[in-house]
Amino acid sequence: MKEYQTITEISGPLVYAEVDEAIGYDEIVEIETAQGETLRGQVLESSEGLVAIQVFEGTSGIDQNASVRFLGETMKMPVTEDLLGRVLDGSGRPIDDGPEIVPEERQDIVGAAINPYSREYPEEFIETGVSAIDGMNTLVRGQKLPIFSSSGQPHSQLAMQIARQASVPEEEEGDDDEDGSEFAVIFGAMGITAEEANEFMEDFERTGALERSVVFMNLADDPAVERTVTPRMVLTTAEYLAFEKDYHVLVILTDMTNYCEALREIGAAREEVPGRRGYPGYMYTDLAQLYERAGRIQGRDGSVTQIPILTMPGDDDTHPIPDLTGYITEGQIYVDPDLNSQGLQPPVNVLPSLSRLMDDGIGEGLTRADHGGVSDQMYAAYAEGEDLRDLVNIVGREALSERDNKYLDFADAFETEFVDQGFDTNRELEETLEIGWDLLSMLPKEELNRVDEEFIEEYYREEDDEREVVEAAD
Amino acid sequence: MSKAESTETTGDGVIQSVSGPVVSARDLDARMNDVVYVGDEGLMGEVIEIEGNITTIQVYEETSGVGPGEPVENTGEPLSVDLGPGMLDAIYDGVQRPLDVLEGKMGSPYLDRGVDAPGIDLEKKWEFEPTVEVGDEVGRGDVVGIVEETVTIDHKVMVPPDALEEGETTEIASIEPGSFDVTETVAELDNGESVSMHQEWPVREPRPSANKKTPRTPLVSGQRILDGLFPIAKGGTAAIPGPFGSGKTVTQHQLAKYADADIIVYVGCGERGNEMTEVIEDFPELEDPANGNPLMARTSLIANTSNMPVAARESCIYTGITIAEYYRDMGYDVALMADSTSRWAEAMREISSRLEEMPGEEGYPAYLAARLAQFYERAGYFENVNGTEGSVSAIGAVSPPGGDFSEPVTQNTLRIVKTFWALDADLAERRHFPSINWNESYSLYKNQLDPWFQENVEEDWPEKRQWAVDVLDEETELQEIVQLVGKDALPDDQQLTLEIARYLREAYLQQNAFHPVDTYCPPEKTYLMLTTIETFNDEAFDALEAGVPVEEIIDIESVPRINRIGVQEDYEEYVEELKADITEELRSLY
Repeated sequence: MKEYQTITEISGPLVYAEVDEAIGYDEIVEIETAQGETLRGQVLESSEGLVAIQVFEGTSGIDQNASVRFLGETMKMPVTEDLLGRVLDGSGRPIDDGPEIVPEERQDIVGAAINPYSREYPEEFIETGVSAIDGMNTLVRGQKLPIFSSSGQPHSQLAMQIARQASVPEEEEGDDDEDGSEFAVIFGAMGITAEEANEFMEDFERTGALERSVVFMNLADDPAVERTVTPRMVLTTAEYLAFEKDYHVLVILTDMTNYCEALREIGAAREEVPGRRGYPGYMYTDLAQLYERAGRIQGRDGSVTQIPILTMPGDDDTHPIPDLTGYITEGQIYVDPDLNSQGLQPPVNVLPSLSRLMDDGIGEGLTRADHGGVSDQMYAAYAEGEDLRDLVNIVGREALSERDNKYLDFADAFETEFVDQGFDTNRELEETLEIGWDLLSMLPKEELNRVDEEFIEEYYREEDDEREVVEAAD
Repeated sequence: MSKAESTETTGDGVIQSVSGPVVSARDLDARMNDVVYVGDEGLMGEVIEIEGNITTIQVYEETSGVGPGEPVENTGEPLSVDLGPGMLDAIYDGVQRPLDVLEGKMGSPYLDRGVDAPGIDLEKKWEFEPTVEVGDEVGRGDVVGIVEETVTIDHKVMVPPDALEEGETTEIASIEPGSFDVTETVAELDNGESVSMHQEWPVREPRPSANKKTPRTPLVSGQRILDGLFPIAKGGTAAIPGPFGSGKTVTQHQLAKYADADIIVYVGCGERGNEMTEVIEDFPELEDPANGNPLMARTSLIANTSNMPVAARESCIYTGITIAEYYRDMGYDVALMADSTSRWAEAMREISSRLEEMPGEEGYPAYLAARLAQFYERAGYFENVNGTEGSVSAIGAVSPPGGDFSEPVTQNTLRIVKTFWALDADLAERRHFPSINWNESYSLYKNQLDPWFQENVEEDWPEKRQWAVDVLDEETELQEIVQLVGKDALPDDQQLTLEIARYLREAYLQQNAFHPVDTYCPPEKTYLMLTTIETFNDEAFDALEAGVPVEEIIDIESVPRINRIGVQEDYEEYVEELKADITEELRSLY
């Protein structure tokens, strides 16, 4: 391996070095500073005689005398089942004082695209125990469903609730699952604060979830450039556990906004032509290469389900990060600041939320035959109730018809009864749907035009006594 | 160049630099748009810029690990597709590599690099049946025989356009029925040329046609809001813009499933892998509503998902439309769905920015509008060079950032296409599907298609449509007042109009794509549904005039049954009965 002391330019996270051999694109580089510190980087552009290197740890301490070594291979993640229970840094090195990790394989972190022909369509329902998700925006195995949130919202609690609860039924059902696929959580933190990280870790430890989890930690004060490799490390590990070791893997990535900021930083340092709001023009492709690593593969028992979390700058979902994400992922869950300030737990706004794979994952034989109808009807009714709230502000409740008042009551009850379940309550789907029917029964039967008549017969509550309790409680 | 035959490579070069999908090479003797093989692994690429001794190449595969000094081979031919039997019931990536074959060749569910496969099976034998005899005169594009490609489609074997000059004819020297693979000669021509089932065509060049005509037949989609209000013609162009989650893909899938075209080419351009898998799993099982055969028998799929190489995303649209044009030449009506053209435009932007070209609006290259126009102009109702008529309808989904229709891709598309189906996030949020906004959408084909609907459905089709549009327009105006003062403050007749409009919206415009019956609505049913609502309208206004209070009219028992027409299989009887019940009930009030 040749060593060069030929650095010609250092700019932001980038180092340019002259070389006299062919260096492959994306190759891994080690830079040893005069102080003996070793930094790692990756080739961003390779031309004859000159390469551009992005340094993960940042370029401080590097001078023109630093020596540069090209390792002749692209970045690899050492993977093994023993990673479960371990805490690693953003570049995949253990930081939990545990034993050394002996890898079974070293896999390229830039995963190749899954052949669409080899995929299996996801349609296995995951019970998260959260009504707003199970009932209205059902998650299925192999889906990528991000949480769109903004600063100061309890998105982490929601993610933890999902990770905690989604795993439980799987273990109970152990015997139905003849292949014995187990559940694993891989947690990738990118640029979150140490405090947030502690919350996650405490929760992992409290619930004993750590032993079937792998944690990758890139904290806010860790090098920003490292964030661009953290999710790739995470997903490489996830794919290994899912498709070679048959685990059902739930990947939580937080916070994608920090990841995109890091991309922008590198783009700016390279003086690239910027796209919208200064983010690089290839951000869609880059994000797609992460999100599309969710899924199921024919003939393999495991699955990779992704829940990326992103905080929308200014709570604006037209910002490039949520916008591009929404075009790639299969739906999104909105955490709403207004609902949060009303004290709803979790403060999920179901109206803009969506799960694209829901229709194929629910219904007879999968969840319950009336699931689709109930969900559609509640959507329509809640949307109507929401509209009427604006009107009430102007004309007052008395000016509205009896029908309109029922919709207003429905919308209120929907929030307090259905959505606001608390971060520690685990609701079974059956319970979620029953609450749904309790609420729908507040409306006149004729209004239920999205539900098949047979289900109205079966589930509609004819007596009003149950409902009055709720209305009185408002 | 085509992958079906190995061409001799000429003028090799050496890689000078690598930056993502853009590679530059020196000493390469190449023309613009030549296909080249890059590096030791032979990754496929295309020449996109030549400057002095330096050639810039966009590579269709991941370039990790490729470095300077590695060789670049030129094939000397532009990017082409293999045309011939076997394109239907197939699934390709953006450069027409069959994904099922790749899976076998790579032995892994992941897409490896440097593996190539011809677009059509070169060894499969097809039963060729001549339709001309020795001595018959043939010209360019003339059909010499057919093979049964799938249960639904007879593939017509044509004289390739480059075998003869324009207008020139020659005689068939020999032709035999029998079993051939696509490379074997099935007919010899008098001028020495031979005809096989296999043709190649450069994707960026439209296939020749005799004449473009005004389209006058609708592409019936079985979707009420499309057929009823905003129809597209066979040979027409349409855009479906909408923010994420508004139902672009479901609308495209519905069209692919139920549009009455002979052939469907579905291009998944930079979209989700799971969505393509859904198509791959669903289509072979779904029945073609026209003949009960599997839908895949008339479908060719191109799946270049968002994580597949960006350069192949740029080319997948061209691959799709070239395949569509080939079937058009056989005299078929082809419908091409491109989901989504924004991803295609972004691929152009990404490549353009790597080339450090001067950006136009929002970073898109200045040639964006021209490329979009060139693509949509390849659609149309054509008189083919062989005298048959065929059409290519192009339906492009657009994914505007933030759902803002003023962005360049939407705007440049709208300048070209004649049908605009605007998807609306508000409607989607309240689960009004298809969430096509009836105020913003339009179809410029309406007038030229009316005679067809009058002849094939009902004479007063245009009047009924206009009535529905008027009611919906009035509702929009009234809603503004309702927002201020509440519904009860409106006079009775206006309250009634709102109620009528509600049925139009909820029963007529909404359609459940996941309901086995409602998912496809023939134009006759669309028509009957509308007349049922109109019956209610007419009778209700008569009752109102006779002094019946509006609350009583709205509350009649039979009218909510309108909402269930969509799910009725025997809708004629149901509608008949319902109309009678509504009339009777309303008349009994006065």
